[in-house]
Amino acid sequence: MSASTAHRPPTGATEADAPEARSRRGAALAQRLVVVRELGILAALVLLIGITLIANPRFLSGQNVRDLMLSAAVLVVLAAGQTMVIITRNVDLSVGSVLGLSAYAVGTLLVDHPGTPVVVAVLAGMVVGAVCGLVNGAIVAVAKVPSLVVTLGTLYAIRGLTSLWASSSDRLQINASDLPSSFKSFGGARVLGIPVLFLIAVAVVLVVGYHLRSYRSGRELYGIGSAPEAARLSGIPVGRRVLTAFVLNGALAGLAGVLYAARFQTLDTTAGTGLELNVVAAAVVGGVAIAGGTGSAWGAALGALLLTTIGTALPQLGINPFWRDAAVGALILAAIALDRTLTLRLAARLRGRNLRGS
Amino acid sequence: MADGMPDGDPGPVVLALRDVSKSFGAIAALRGAQLELRGGEAHALVGENGAGKSTLVKILAGVHGPDEGTVLLDGQPVTLDSPAAARAQGIAVIYQEPTLFPDLSVAENIFMGRQPLTSGRRIDRPELAARCTALFERLGVHMDPDRPARGLSIADQQMVEIAKALSFDARVLVMDEPTAALSGVEVERLFTVARALRSHGAAVLFISHRFDEVFDLCDRITVMRDGQWVSTDATGDLTVEQVVRRMVGRDVADLFPKQDVVAGDVVLEVRGLTRRGVFTDVSFDVRAGEIVALAGLVGAGRSEVVRAVFGVDIYDAGSVTLHGRPLKPGNPAAAMAAGLALVPEDRRQQGLVMELSVERNATLTRRWKLARMGWLSARTERATAAEWSKKLQVKAGRLSDPVSTLSGGNQQKVVLAKWLSTDPTLLIVDEPTRGIDVGTKAEVHRLLSQLAADGMAVVMVSSELPEVLGMADRVLVMHEGRLVDDIPRARADEDTVMLAATGQAR
Repeated sequence: MSASTAHRPPTGATEADAPEARSRRGAALAQRLVVVRELGILAALVLLIGITLIANPRFLSGQNVRDLMLSAAVLVVLAAGQTMVIITRNVDLSVGSVLGLSAYAVGTLLVDHPGTPVVVAVLAGMVVGAVCGLVNGAIVAVAKVPSLVVTLGTLYAIRGLTSLWASSSDRLQINASDLPSSFKSFGGARVLGIPVLFLIAVAVVLVVGYHLRSYRSGRELYGIGSAPEAARLSGIPVGRRVLTAFVLNGALAGLAGVLYAARFQTLDTTAGTGLELNVVAAAVVGGVAIAGGTGSAWGAALGALLLTTIGTALPQLGINPFWRDAAVGALILAAIALDRTLTLRLAARLRGRNLRGS
Repeated sequence: MADGMPDGDPGPVVLALRDVSKSFGAIAALRGAQLELRGGEAHALVGENGAGKSTLVKILAGVHGPDEGTVLLDGQPVTLDSPAAARAQGIAVIYQEPTLFPDLSVAENIFMGRQPLTSGRRIDRPELAARCTALFERLGVHMDPDRPARGLSIADQQMVEIAKALSFDARVLVMDEPTAALSGVEVERLFTVARALRSHGAAVLFISHRFDEVFDLCDRITVMRDGQWVSTDATGDLTVEQVVRRMVGRDVADLFPKQDVVAGDVVLEVRGLTRRGVFTDVSFDVRAGEIVALAGLVGAGRSEVVRAVFGVDIYDAGSVTLHGRPLKPGNPAAAMAAGLALVPEDRRQQGLVMELSVERNATLTRRWKLARMGWLSARTERATAAEWSKKLQVKAGRLSDPVSTLSGGNQQKVVLAKWLSTDPTLLIVDEPTRGIDVGTKAEVHRLLSQLAADGMAVVMVSSELPEVLGMADRVLVMHEGRLVDDIPRARADEDTVMLAATGQAR
């Protein structure tokens, strides 16, 4: 990490060396902080799996791992999308409802037109989600209403819309037997033994994470969340970027709806209810600061993986699964405490340096 | 184009403001302002705080649109409706207060939205770091491009802002008090860069309160007062005295009517007050009848110290004693009960409830004393408010009007009324006259002086040097979180205070 900062030309006079060395340490510190956040989650994940393996050596059997991947896929996709929104100091609580609407819409499409190719079904789900995201984003970005309130509203509105649609079309539930076989085989498909649904989730995380890290529009999302006023002054199109983040997050929630339909193959209007809090929890546990400006899609994905693993590991450890919620809660608090401690320590060190340096 | 303007260097006019007006609510920040920048000149804009300089800068930066008047670029009217639009026209702005992204690296802060790209439109990080290093070398700054902006000192933040503005290759560079936080060497480097830009044909607009810098760098000087254009002249035709007289428009002595008072007993004793990373080992006394000013640059920790004294913020070490009795830390209610009052810096955010009526706001601090068995009668509330409004000459339509309808100066009077009605023995005022008009300012000053004459101890945090010098019996100067000097009235002048505030004294 520090190699990139070490190739500075050694032209500085001796009096200049001290501050430079200090600030280089500061950068190394900051780098380490980022690494620590994600490594911490990874360590917790490995620890959890290790302990569970001791209790039940067959925990990592092929089928178990595949089930774990399948269960995690939906949450991972949602967490990657949510990261984009949270980084801009917003939040999208409607993703569970969007997932439900998208799953129901895709299910209906496949029942009415069994010949629909899977790719078209996936795209249809994403379009449904993107439209929902557009509504959220437009209200947040244009009308300047806090996203918490807006998406709390659309959480209920979209769920209501799904129920209304289901009751008026008299199709309250879609069963596996109604779905075309091509779609069902998509849900069970594997490549090199790995479920395709999980591979899709991984691809999403890689693309989102890479975009956030390496493209201007991605970095601008961090800028907006880090200091909205500074973002405005440096000419970032704040409204448009926030709107785009909501639309993309919506599209990913739509994709998650399709994955959900493919995985469970039985759908009703309650699909994804309550999922939004799991998603936010995954992101926060994964090091995405709720105040915006920091965090990564890979961190959020690891958080999602950790939460899913807890859910399946606790029964293996002979612990009542009702403890899962308590464990998740403890993890969130731990993540926030860690985050706060590290931030304070970093700020104190960097600032302490300045005071001494002057 | 140049009618009414004297001839300086014969460069073409790059940017001009014609009869620009801008109001915020009831307050007119600019009234028919004029400005003319030529290519290859450094142009100074001077005026008192509140003269409208920063509003003018924000119009050039595309942050505010003018209510009236036009902005001309190369003689053509342009609409600068966003910071991006101003940038696209080649106008770069260094703001008075740095606006950085604390979570992002220094290099990203500088090149946000303009990062160098690889062929695949990805950000080219090695190139980004290289360009940033090159900029820093040009400025002679030693800073790691990869470190986050969080935790940078104000001076370093300002250097990042300067590097950002330089990275544009701008045709017009606007610098709004860029040197306030910088040391002598850094200022000299900045000027070297500004002169280089000027010789390449760029126009530099320089705003500063330091006349030596203005006269050193600039070719022409525009003076503003009360939102209006006063004069534009070649620097060679002006003296500092002339400029000051035009800025103030009256004798300075009249503005700050501090009465001489014999200081009484010690009211406030602060010993070794420390808040880690914010301020360190701050000790001072304040006596009855004394006005003590806390001076220093933005970010020196002045507001933070008074907030800790009052108990809004906690502190890590030290003690606060009021009338010989120790004051409980972190407890504003206890501070108020002991006779302390704090008029905060930001009256809109911290001093007033903008939606509530004048009378409600004026009696907020006393609602328990005024209440009978828990009931607050509107009549007692109104009577108290009326009494104080009269004393302070608050100009309000009706006392039941929301405070937000009042002008800034009258809002400030309501805040003062609110706190004075608690009958404090020590009054802390943080930036008491920021953003209020000159007339009301004088009234506030007269009031503070009167209160001190009546035996109240007053601590005044102020960034306005004339106000500090005119009002204070003693000037305490802070620099980077430390109290560096205690200057009695007789010895206090611009030089002694500024030297201490920039950390160059002793």
